[in-house]
Amino acid sequence: MDTIFDYSVSGKNRFQLPEAGCEDYDPIPEEYCTVATVLPEVSEVEVVRHYTNLSRMNFGVDNGMYPLGSCTMKYNPKINEKIAAMEGFSAIHPLADASAVQGCLRVLYELAAALREITGMTFSLCPAAGSHGELSGAMIIKKYFQDLKEARSVVLIPDSAHGTNPASVAMCGFTVKEIPSNSDGDVDVERLRQLLDGNVAAMMLTSPNTLGLFDRNIREISRLLRENGSLFYGDGANLNATAGRARMADMGFDIMHTNLHKTFSTPHGGGGPGSGPVGVVDRLAKYLPVPLVAKGAQGYYLEYDRPDSIGRVHSFYGNFLVALRAYAYIRSLGAEGIRDMSDTAVLNANYLLACLRDLYKLPIDRKCMHEFVISDGDMPNGVTTNDISKRILDYGFHSPTVYFPLHIEGAIMIEPTETETKKSMDTFVNAMAEIRREAYEEPEKVKTAPRNTPVHRVDAVIAARKPVLVWEG
Amino acid sequence: MYTSITEEERREMLRKIGVSSIDELFADIPAGISMDGPVNLPGGLGEMELLAHMEELAGMNHGPRAFIGAGGYSHYIPALVDHLSSRSEFYTSYTPYQAEVSQGTLVAIFEYQTMIARLCGTDIANASMYDGATATAEAAFMAMRSNGRKRIVVSSALHPHYREVLKTYAWASDSVIDEVPLREGVTDIESLRERLDDSVACVIVQSPNFLGAIEDSATIAGAVHSSGAILVACVTEPMSLGLLRPPGALGADIVCGEGQAFGNPVGFGGPMLGFLAAQKDFMRRMPGRLVGKTVDAAGQDAYVLTLQAREQHIRRDRATSNICTNQGLCALRAVLYLSIMGGVLRNLAALNHRRASYFRHRLLSKGFAAAGDAPYFNEFVVRHPRAMDIRDALMDRGMPLGLPLGGYYPDMRDCLLLCVTELDTVERMDRYISEIEAVQ
Repeated sequence: MDTIFDYSVSGKNRFQLPEAGCEDYDPIPEEYCTVATVLPEVSEVEVVRHYTNLSRMNFGVDNGMYPLGSCTMKYNPKINEKIAAMEGFSAIHPLADASAVQGCLRVLYELAAALREITGMTFSLCPAAGSHGELSGAMIIKKYFQDLKEARSVVLIPDSAHGTNPASVAMCGFTVKEIPSNSDGDVDVERLRQLLDGNVAAMMLTSPNTLGLFDRNIREISRLLRENGSLFYGDGANLNATAGRARMADMGFDIMHTNLHKTFSTPHGGGGPGSGPVGVVDRLAKYLPVPLVAKGAQGYYLEYDRPDSIGRVHSFYGNFLVALRAYAYIRSLGAEGIRDMSDTAVLNANYLLACLRDLYKLPIDRKCMHEFVISDGDMPNGVTTNDISKRILDYGFHSPTVYFPLHIEGAIMIEPTETETKKSMDTFVNAMAEIRREAYEEPEKVKTAPRNTPVHRVDAVIAARKPVLVWEG
Repeated sequence: MYTSITEEERREMLRKIGVSSIDELFADIPAGISMDGPVNLPGGLGEMELLAHMEELAGMNHGPRAFIGAGGYSHYIPALVDHLSSRSEFYTSYTPYQAEVSQGTLVAIFEYQTMIARLCGTDIANASMYDGATATAEAAFMAMRSNGRKRIVVSSALHPHYREVLKTYAWASDSVIDEVPLREGVTDIESLRERLDDSVACVIVQSPNFLGAIEDSATIAGAVHSSGAILVACVTEPMSLGLLRPPGALGADIVCGEGQAFGNPVGFGGPMLGFLAAQKDFMRRMPGRLVGKTVDAAGQDAYVLTLQAREQHIRRDRATSNICTNQGLCALRAVLYLSIMGGVLRNLAALNHRRASYFRHRLLSKGFAAAGDAPYFNEFVVRHPRAMDIRDALMDRGMPLGLPLGGYYPDMRDCLLLCVTELDTVERMDRYISEIEAVQ
């Protein structure tokens, strides 16, 4: 497979620059300057063809159903791309005077206000991704107990949590203790009781959890934490199930983050940019990362005078052009649309679950929220979750999230989102039925999949054993 | 509004599920938490109304470019960058977990890693970080993990926002920061030497620094390495790498910073493009995604996310970082930009410098004074006793000029930081000079 370097020939690039129109008044001394040419020299048509052809080796939401659980791969409205490309937003410098950027500031102000309505919390939009929001939240936990002069070093995290949860709190010096889930997929409350002591700073819970279940003990959990003087952190990665149905603050959470690239439909971009605003209940608002956007007599302004803040977490104010798309999305949907979004996401997931329940092992048999987990537990002939996920690609779908959550062996986590059509879900079910039949009758077909993709099954072991991370010619 | 289920399909689906209403699906949410009515937001807008609303908001931002860089740079973006990055196979996909249907993203990131490593003069680079500030904080963490030391020495000419982010991260991880003062607009090397001992994990120096000056990185590297510390070189204006010797070649062990200038708009400060590059000893301590080359089952070249045992989804609380989603699309735009600009990047960088020297030269002839004599790239500081008055007067004429430095450095209240790029023509600068004459 060619890379752009394979097209490079010295002297081929003819991109024409303007004349300087002036001399160099302060030549940079030669010892500071480089002589090497390190970048490819290619013609414009080669660049266009190379990347157009590369794009055709990719699969996006616009190509078809992308049921990647917990990632919420919903449709990305095209109008939002048009808005984000407006020069009145994209060309605005973050350090320009406030009077010249009132439109940008208002977008941030209004988005934070809308998130407050949806969740009941006050937000800083600075974190650039969900895990960055989590890290900011963990810092808030640390600052809160520092101010109380309480040395609490433990954060409780369920076994079903995203890996970012333990990684984020560890960066703040906390020790992680894992709480098991019970056989119904809820937090094991008895175990929680045993773990709670004066050393527990907080508990993190994804709501709904990564099995796609709303924890039925949530009030009891929040009560126990409150009585123990601990904070309750809500991972809002799965807000797409509950927005417009229930507020995170009403569930008893003190701190949360949400991923704008999930619930609020901003494109995932092949791995970012995302945006992960961190929100808190009022008594913790003083700790939020700076700046916040405030409104005064002179209009909107960046508010830095927050002495208890954990400080700055981003070069500027977070991923503004992502926040802009999320704001546009919320305005498009409106109050009714937000509720319809969650309702349809939950309807679609339960429909798929109902269709797949007789075909694949269902580790936990409950009505789900916006996603659910099946597994390879009863597959014959040694067919694994990995094999199934690769065979799904052959049928023209992206694979679900696999081997996560970790406490379900061979997990296959499916999230259709609210924008999926019934027709494509039915086609997906047919494909899953066919893969099951193949597993029994023609297992090699599944085990050697995929075949209909730009490349065949990729060897990740070789890549890790002898890492080649840059082009070497 | 973007849902696709008809009323009839909804009934059929509910039947299949075995419930009579959608409300039943939410039965696990206890009463008292479940909301009675809709959330308190306005009604939805159709596409035409939305567009009108957003145009109005965009119209509330105004004013031409203000000769401000300071971590966000306005450069020309060739048409093909927008065109190709708008291909939705790229922008509506996610992290390339399924390599067989993600070769487009994987190859582009592999190319990005190569281009960044080469420009930085390092062996490797990762797939991107959030922005320059967090990339710098992660670089410091990587250094501390490598040598087990806990003190971070940082130049006062590192971008003030980056220093603030570093301070936040360092506080959270119970590590210590020590700032080296400036001397004539560059890092005071003697003062740096005094701070170096075997407790220092790393020294962070930005070049060109926040004030635009090119630091003497080779001398700094010698001093840092003699104490056993790691040199982290930070670059906020990567255009400079087209002209200047790569930090890795000057002795930097880790190179980090902001890649926005390569094909990404300033976008009111985000999304930016953090980059992180390093010599190969750091490979297994690197945070973030890495793409590696491998083969597929048919023996043909293929690319895949690799060394994932470092990452949070495998290693959890012992991961090299918590980063998951990064800045994939911004990295793609940088690759597109460097593919078309690669062959002329040196000339483009030289053009930036030449135009900057012109503006500086003209300002110095109009009563402004230089603030130091170190070489610079496309940013520089000028001083004037009435700098703020002149700036205000120009602002009133719709001609914003530069970034006042008093808020960042108390002894620079009469200083402006200015940035000139290829977008600023001689004619534009001349108009500014005429107005400056007029308001003085």
